[in-house]
Amino acid sequence: MSLALLFEQLLNGVQFGLVLFLMSAGLTLVFGVMGLINLAHGSLYMIGAFLCAAVAAATGNFWLGLMAGIAAAAAAGALIEIAVIRRLYDRDHLDQVLATFALILILSEGVRMVFGPFPLYLNVPDSLRGTVNLGLVDYSVYRLALIGFGVAVALGLWALIAKTRLGIRIRAGESDREMIAALGVNIRALYTIVFALGAALAGLAGALVGAIQSVQVGMGEPVLILAFVVIVIGGIGSIKGAMVGALLVGIIDTMGRFLLPRIFGAFMETSQAMGVGSALASMLIYLLMALVLIFRPKGLFPAHG
Amino acid sequence: MTTIRTTALAALATTIRTTALATLAASSFSIAQAQTVTVGMITTLSGGGAGLGVDVRDGFQLALDMAGDHEIKLVVEDDSQRPELAVQIAERMIQSQRVDILTGIIWSNLAMAVVPSTVAQDIFYLSPNAGPSALAGANCHPNYFNVAWQNDMLHEAAGAVANQQGYKKIFIMAPNYPAGTDALNGFKRYYEGALVGELFTQVGQTDYAAELAQIRAAGADSIFIFLPGGMGISFMRQYEQSGLNLPIVSAAFTFSQDILPAVGAAALGVYNTSQWSPDLDNEANQAFVAAFREAYGRTPSLYASQGFDTANLILSASAKADVKDRDAFREALREADFAAVRGDFAWAPNQHPIQRVYIREVVNVDGEYTNRVIGTAFEEHRDSHGEKCRM
Repeated sequence: MSLALLFEQLLNGVQFGLVLFLMSAGLTLVFGVMGLINLAHGSLYMIGAFLCAAVAAATGNFWLGLMAGIAAAAAAGALIEIAVIRRLYDRDHLDQVLATFALILILSEGVRMVFGPFPLYLNVPDSLRGTVNLGLVDYSVYRLALIGFGVAVALGLWALIAKTRLGIRIRAGESDREMIAALGVNIRALYTIVFALGAALAGLAGALVGAIQSVQVGMGEPVLILAFVVIVIGGIGSIKGAMVGALLVGIIDTMGRFLLPRIFGAFMETSQAMGVGSALASMLIYLLMALVLIFRPKGLFPAHG
Repeated sequence: MTTIRTTALAALATTIRTTALATLAASSFSIAQAQTVTVGMITTLSGGGAGLGVDVRDGFQLALDMAGDHEIKLVVEDDSQRPELAVQIAERMIQSQRVDILTGIIWSNLAMAVVPSTVAQDIFYLSPNAGPSALAGANCHPNYFNVAWQNDMLHEAAGAVANQQGYKKIFIMAPNYPAGTDALNGFKRYYEGALVGELFTQVGQTDYAAELAQIRAAGADSIFIFLPGGMGISFMRQYEQSGLNLPIVSAAFTFSQDILPAVGAAALGVYNTSQWSPDLDNEANQAFVAAFREAYGRTPSLYASQGFDTANLILSASAKADVKDRDAFREALREADFAAVRGDFAWAPNQHPIQRVYIREVVNVDGEYTNRVIGTAFEEHRDSHGEKCRM
């Protein structure tokens, strides 16, 4: 095993982690500010990917598609918040789960009606094709760009929450919903904005990932499960926690898939080691989550202390 | 906070379970009225494997439509690629809908869950796709017919193609489920060069960065993959961006018509092995491909051809025998008196096909990515597990 391979896998882990961060940031924001479990977050990811693929196919321009994907996801998010979610803030979590689960079914079936059951084609933009030499390895330009997007969004979110008036309101809404409403902040509009922001992040993740994976109905649910793992590890409601959790999950999952079969291979026959190693690798992040829950039940960075 | 977190996790678990139920409720429908044979089709119509199930269903339905048949009542349900759901659907179809024949399953892990109990209840199971080795060997059954292939067969042919191409250091990879194991075993049975790497991935995996890095580091001269449906699309799109430029050899599944439009130019020139191809020059196939394009506006995949053959096999048997007389109907199925779109069709003693396996190449014909036959890997190929079948 060479240093180059280890370095490349580390990059892969970071890249995977940052895509997970885009997903979990929105989820944790909505959860933290509104106390809402949004299972339909994965559907917004799917909407972003489909719209990006459709617009990119029609115009031949990936960046237009990306804009359209983000805009469509944000619009769908705002619409869903106004039509459905708004009625759920005072209900218990089970009602929220039921309603947002219904949204998954409706959105999946809706997308299937519009786009059909077959996967769509989304091309990587020409400017990001191929590989670039990073000294140790040649690495995919597009994956490198994904890392860049993830870091940029993280910085942007940090600036938004720490430095702007909207950010102050979001933080205030997290701590005490009644109080900021009493102070004259339009809490309804604030919630719609936060929800649309979360949706836009999911749409961005879906559109970016759509170019290297398959754009298909139901693509959001596996990512949603990982995103929940991330926010449980990081601490619900904490953007910083989502970042650390996402990187941990990304790196541990990638490294586990890569290293465990090799470790077992040292004292087992190859195909057996592969079976055991890859089975264990797929459990690794859930083991991590269990450990975090045992020692830090509120996650690594609990939002409310 | 802890309560919230517990609820979130419970919610997830519920999601998974409820999807199943909801899909169940939503997708149950039936076609045709007057009937003598009730066929239950359990197939994958949602998620990353949906393209495969849709093609099997459409191919099957097309055969009924072309025959103008009203004798067969077809009941279709979506298994969402989930074994426990497939088992529930099978039980319900057998117990309350009184089906005579079950068919439709795409994935071998689902077939392993459904087929043994189905055939034990004196219901026929005709497989239009999955062919796990366990059901071809020791667990073969008089009521189980595989109309497609035993899983290993096409991968064995891919092994032969790798030899023919002179590959010496190949990296092989498949998802970790029964068909993935069969794929790698089948390939290794015929491939004579060295293996520089062997990997199991997760079923439904969408990111292959970790695997691509290992292929690069292994110093391979070629790659063999078995990644059906969405998995193949994801892998090929990432492969294209990885800077790797090794020849790929594969069985038809990863380069089938259902995923070629989404993979695009990255697949051009890849050799893949199949018992069928849209350009096969026989009368039944030409009629099938034309009718399928006319009816559904797309070129059929091998899955559609297998659904079509399965329906025609049932039609041929029901013309000769009453399905309620299981022994007579079984004999009629064994005669296989139908025009298969793959050409000549014959059963091995374990009721899996003996068939020619073609080598296909991915080409671009008038802007459409598709396959064309460029040669033959095996004549009259039969599966390697049949001798363990005592029937």
